[in-house]
Amino acid sequence: MSSRFTGPDVVAEQLRAVDYLPDNAIASTVFLADQLAKPVLVEGPAGTGKTQLAKSVAQITGARLIRLQCYEGLDESKALYEWNYRKQLLRIQASQISGEDQAWSDLEGDIFSEEFLLTRPLLEAIRADDPVVLLIDEIDRVELETEALMLEVLSEYQVSIPELGTVTAKQTPMVFLTSNNTRELSEALKRRCLFLHVGYPTIEREREIIQTRVPGISSELADQVARIVASLRDIDLRKTPSVSETLDWARTLVILGQETVSEHETLETLHVLLKYQSDIDKVRNEFLATKK
Amino acid sequence: MLDVIAAFVGELRSAGIGISVTEHVDAAQAIGVIALEDRELLRETLAATLVKSQDHRAAFDVAFDIYFSTRRALNAGGEFGDGEFDHAEADDGDDDVLGVGEGVGHRREMSTEELMRMLEDSMLHDDIALRNRVVQESVTRFAGMTPGRPVGGTYYLYRVLRSLDLETLQQRIIEQEGTARAPLGTLQQRLILDDVVRRIRGLKLAIEAEIRRRLVEDRGAEALARSVRKPLPEDIDVMHATREEIHALERSLLPLSRKLAVRLMRKRRHGRHGPLDVRATMRHSLSTGGVPIDPKYKHPRPSKPEIFIIADVSGSVASFARFTLHLVYALGSSFSKVRSFVFVDGIDEVTHHFEEALGPAEAANRVNEEASVVWVDGHSDYGHALSDFHERFSQDVTSRSTVMILGDARNNYHQSSAWVVADLQKRARHVFWLNPEPQPYWNSGDSIIAEYAMHCDSITEVRTLRQLEAFIAELA
Repeated sequence: MSSRFTGPDVVAEQLRAVDYLPDNAIASTVFLADQLAKPVLVEGPAGTGKTQLAKSVAQITGARLIRLQCYEGLDESKALYEWNYRKQLLRIQASQISGEDQAWSDLEGDIFSEEFLLTRPLLEAIRADDPVVLLIDEIDRVELETEALMLEVLSEYQVSIPELGTVTAKQTPMVFLTSNNTRELSEALKRRCLFLHVGYPTIEREREIIQTRVPGISSELADQVARIVASLRDIDLRKTPSVSETLDWARTLVILGQETVSEHETLETLHVLLKYQSDIDKVRNEFLATKK
Repeated sequence: MLDVIAAFVGELRSAGIGISVTEHVDAAQAIGVIALEDRELLRETLAATLVKSQDHRAAFDVAFDIYFSTRRALNAGGEFGDGEFDHAEADDGDDDVLGVGEGVGHRREMSTEELMRMLEDSMLHDDIALRNRVVQESVTRFAGMTPGRPVGGTYYLYRVLRSLDLETLQQRIIEQEGTARAPLGTLQQRLILDDVVRRIRGLKLAIEAEIRRRLVEDRGAEALARSVRKPLPEDIDVMHATREEIHALERSLLPLSRKLAVRLMRKRRHGRHGPLDVRATMRHSLSTGGVPIDPKYKHPRPSKPEIFIIADVSGSVASFARFTLHLVYALGSSFSKVRSFVFVDGIDEVTHHFEEALGPAEAANRVNEEASVVWVDGHSDYGHALSDFHERFSQDVTSRSTVMILGDARNNYHQSSAWVVADLQKRARHVFWLNPEPQPYWNSGDSIIAEYAMHCDSITEVRTLRQLEAFIAELA
């Protein structure tokens, strides 16, 4: 079995080196995924670094990232493989024109060979010779039936093509599936994966994230931003600010040349953090009511 | 270790978390590759392999703390240590102020006031090490734990919290933090408040964990697990939920309604086509010499039901009605129209509250404040409410409407007016009754559900979110 890491702390350390700050759960699960050769199902609210996790893991393992973006209507020919039928037609026509009197069985074997196969992300990840990280993004967007397509890949790391036989992975890729939890995934899929919930970070971790991701920010400002955002997440908003929005906000404040967050600047830049007018009004009323 | 895992898996299963054999095997494999001394690593390992939904994580954590806590105490780091708790170790820091760990004789000497002062200090400086010592001391002092009692510890927790009087403490700390850094804008004040609230919350959790740890020492993991087992959010009985449980329910309601909406939208979009379009089929058949090979269909026009919700909002079933209204409005797009009425002994339409309000929670508040639902004395009177409904609104109920009545049909021995329901059944496409009481209680005491039942298409027992979800999915 492949083992890229010797312990969770090594994972954490290496992820830190590429500016991804993992918490305990993330580091342990990545370590386990590697040890047990199992895919990881990463779930959590939007903008908390689920996709980034896969990218960072690819970076530290020096692997190529293969990404399959899921959407409604995704099918086999987009996810697994497809026969390049134009090329097949061309091949048949070419054999007719050149007058080669090829037997049908030869021709058939010829046009259903790897030369005419268009690999899509899943098959590509399986066939790769170099180390790869496969990212199946937003798996909850595909229909329940399409999920079944991926089961063989996820549990056996192989793809069965009727005309060619079974393609088995030469090396076990690390697989990450992300989900925004808009629907319940099937039991079959969940059973095959390790589960990792990536929620909003604690204040301390968020402060660190801001400091690593926003160059030139003072530690005082980072601390204040993290605390304000944590407070915002406690109140009932239509859309709670995500980590990426927090980072945008911190960058905005840095560009504006702020050393500390004052009420005035918070008011002026609130739209970076909150995406609904009703949320903005609510926060204004609750947080920034000016006493007269 | 494998035995412990097996027992642990058994406990999770009895708590309602479905764990397959494969997952159990995975967990067993996983603990083979990790260092077992690291308790947090073990926790995450088991969570990753066994628990596949964040909703179940809370139940998992409780069970984990019970099964893997033996003789492990809070250490100075604030997390659970992996060694045995050692009094000397706790004491060799700079804690001459305390003397907590120095044996029983010394402990007696510290007065309650001193303890309270320490607690305040620890909260003020967010000093976790100090806090944990205070927690241990106050559990010993105030909980009054009796060995061998088969309890889950809620009462012990209550006793400790009552003695510590956290609300006053919170107030005092906020004041002190405030004066230390004057002058303050509203924003800073708010931040300080949130910060202190977070610290207090941490303190409560620490106390709870400490009590639980001692209970495990006293009675063993399995016995305790049975006492503290809590239902998963989707299985909580709405009518008997505690305030925290209601809160948990509210939080899981939003994702639930989003999921349900997506599912219904998909159901509508897929797998249905309209009736055969003869004209189009004939025209297309021209290309195949008049043979209709490729049948054409009309565009589907799925009919969206029009919903009338008539909900009892008297004390006993109010929270249940709120959840249902919440969920139905969250699914607004799946229904052509939703009209809602609430009653106690009078009835009032509240549709506009939901249409104008920003969120369902706010709408529910406005319904509570503004709707005039009390006619005489504020005890439920289904008879009067229903005949009132008949008089004022029943002409709007058409063959496209679905009527949902929510309530326990506990009529306080008033007239039933079941003829209204019979009339509604004639006018409407469906009449459903959702009863938040368990079925065995139906028709006992002043419940007259049977009188209404004969005029309804179905009567469903809906006590938990899971049941409610299933019903709504069926409806749309």
